[in-house]
Amino acid sequence: MLGERRIDPAYHAAMLERLGLNRPLWEQYGLYLGQIARADFGKSIVTNVPVIEEFFARFPATIELSLSAMLFAVVLGIPIGIFAALRRGRIGDHMTIGAAMIGQSMPIFWWGQLLIMLVSINLGWTPVSGRISAAFSVPSETGFLLIDTLLSGKKGAFGSALSHLILPTIVLGTIPLAIIARMTRSAVIEVLSEDYIRTAKAKGLRPLRIVGVHALRNALIPVVTIVGLQTGTLLAGAVLTETIFSWPGIGKWIVGSLDKRDYPVIQGGVLVIATVVMCVNLLVDLIYGWINPRIRRAR
Amino acid sequence: MVFANGAMAKTFVYCTEGSPETFNPALTTAGTTLNATAIPVYNTLIQIEWGGTAAVPGLAESWSFSDDGLTMTLNLRKGVSWHTTAYFTPSREFNADDVVFTFERMLKADHPYHPISGATYDYFNDVGMPGLLASIEKVDDYTVNFHLTTRNSTVVSMLTLSSFSITSAEYAEQMMAAGTPEKLDLQPVGTGPFAWVSYETDTQINYVANPNYWEGAPKIDELVFSITPDNSVRFAKMQAGECNFMAYPNPADLEAMKADSNLQVVQQEGFNIGYLAFNTEKAPFNDKRVRQAISHAIDKAAIMEAVYQGAGTPAINFIPPGLWSYNTSVEDVTYDPELARKMLAEAGVADGFKATLWYLPVQRPYNPNGKLMGELMQADLAKVGIAVELVTYEWAEYRKRVRAGEHDLVMLGWTGDYGDPDNFFGALLSCAAAPESSSRWCYEQFDSLITQSAQITDLAERTKLYEEAQVIFKEEAPVYTVAHSLVSEIMSASVSGYKMSVFGAHDFKFVDIAE
Repeated sequence: MLGERRIDPAYHAAMLERLGLNRPLWEQYGLYLGQIARADFGKSIVTNVPVIEEFFARFPATIELSLSAMLFAVVLGIPIGIFAALRRGRIGDHMTIGAAMIGQSMPIFWWGQLLIMLVSINLGWTPVSGRISAAFSVPSETGFLLIDTLLSGKKGAFGSALSHLILPTIVLGTIPLAIIARMTRSAVIEVLSEDYIRTAKAKGLRPLRIVGVHALRNALIPVVTIVGLQTGTLLAGAVLTETIFSWPGIGKWIVGSLDKRDYPVIQGGVLVIATVVMCVNLLVDLIYGWINPRIRRAR
Repeated sequence: MVFANGAMAKTFVYCTEGSPETFNPALTTAGTTLNATAIPVYNTLIQIEWGGTAAVPGLAESWSFSDDGLTMTLNLRKGVSWHTTAYFTPSREFNADDVVFTFERMLKADHPYHPISGATYDYFNDVGMPGLLASIEKVDDYTVNFHLTTRNSTVVSMLTLSSFSITSAEYAEQMMAAGTPEKLDLQPVGTGPFAWVSYETDTQINYVANPNYWEGAPKIDELVFSITPDNSVRFAKMQAGECNFMAYPNPADLEAMKADSNLQVVQQEGFNIGYLAFNTEKAPFNDKRVRQAISHAIDKAAIMEAVYQGAGTPAINFIPPGLWSYNTSVEDVTYDPELARKMLAEAGVADGFKATLWYLPVQRPYNPNGKLMGELMQADLAKVGIAVELVTYEWAEYRKRVRAGEHDLVMLGWTGDYGDPDNFFGALLSCAAAPESSSRWCYEQFDSLITQSAQITDLAERTKLYEEAQVIFKEEAPVYTVAHSLVSEIMSASVSGYKMSVFGAHDFKFVDIAE
């Protein structure tokens, strides 16, 4: 064990040479920047596999979880937000907004453990952690387990993968859900005070049509932006969620690398994640223009 | 849940704490990886007695040394088959070519397989094999000679190291010819109780029982490693029946685990020692009476309770209790401040003195809280008139300064690599190690015993010498032995046929699950 014992000097020197640590710092940094410019993030010290390869091996799992969490947040968040807006100032509104405040400030780590103890252990409704039951071995075709299990045709595999997805989805989706609900509420309230809504009401349109068609379409524009900007929140949340639920994505990969002090993976991994967040934000800006005619025509 | 929708096969699920970075044990020093590779898939030439520490035949049925001690001859086991897997079908059984291939890959820098997978063979280097092993020679298909540079009987124990598991030369050749030599290290083929099936990154590893295993076919059909890094989640999975086995529990969960009738908790001392070393080069610690006095002044029971909180056992000898030659007749020093004061007076330091006490800046398996331990010792020593100043440095700096001998009293520890007392005594308390060791202790009478023992091959004779050495050690007190960590492992109640390993190996070759 390397502890009290001294490392063999020749071996130590060879290791420094191999890792390039014997060169001056500015040269090491220059080399690093040059590699980054060529999209070469180096190799993991632990596995000796290129960082970018390790990243893409794990990224589908994170996408699967993030998409599912986002779907959960949108499908619940928007109706909750509308409900609160329509009950503005009444008890239903206060309760919803109170719950959303709690949700938005929920510590993911605690929330995950709590749900595992309650839902998995006490009630036995969902599996504790992992992506699929150990009884199934599904070949990886796409990296997306829900699709792979369907392709494999193994009986019960899809159901197992789906049941493993439930708790992490809820845990990761809670904060975006709260944010989306609050954003939808304020957007709908704002739109409902617009002149054209009053006009619609004056024309005698049914309330459902006023909210569903005239109000919602305009209210959703800021909500879409918020959804896009949640990508960062999701990826940050994935670090904790994946660690709690042993979800084999990039969050768990980064945390594991921190434990092992695998610097190339931590540096490269964070850079790649930052790039992904930037790309998604750009994409959101483009979608924003597409759904909002005012911005489109302003060009 | 796992068993409800699984097939009829008996599947044993081990919730492991991490992912393996390779499937070739020669390429790693990480216990988690060795447990996923060497233990289920491979065998070593000499192996550790199941549940013990003694070296027993593995792929080598017997071994002997030449008269000059420089040649070790191993007679290999016949009729051992390599795993037949989806990616490899062996054409022959295990033989000498495999042994030569495995060791030459690590030893010879010009071996075609040496640089594959960016391998650095850390364990091979760490235990000093390159300096010890001159060459490996195939005598015939079932006889191999290891030529050594010096007479050294600990090589027997070294060959039990998981990192020296035997890999298939035939598979290696095939992969090299196919242009994918690194597959040898990613899709393993071994001779062990379980054959490798698949690995889903960071999720799980699947193995299937090897029906032809030479120690007898496993009782379970499938072995699954479910990768679960968080220890409280592992415990949750145990409770939910999703795992049959876990290691490294959160100490705070142990009470709940013991209370759960669906679980069994097994405990054993770890293969380590946490200690406080005296710098025997400096006065007054060069006086054995002062060292003994300090040993009497420290309240070990209080340290066990406050620092280890049930995750350690008091250390009496310098080697852990599981290791062969552990001297059970040695008794620990008593906590007796009165006697300590008297001994200090005899040594001429009745008025006390000042000293520095270095405490560990990091958590180690053998010492979970160096600072707290330091504070307790400081208070104990103050009672006998020794004013201790607590000092620490960043971990690398700490070790560097200890090697330079700047300390008076220093907390350190050791985790053994292989089941030979020389791995503790020789590495830390010999005269050869003294110029850089934490105690800087070189005591001729002790040194001649351990040096002699490391050179002879008769186990009974070696045991006697080490037992004697432990008596001298306790009397001379170059270090104050604090504790061995207490390792806990958790199994579901239905599991039988498991034995703990002091080396932290999780070996499921003989386990069974009740239906």
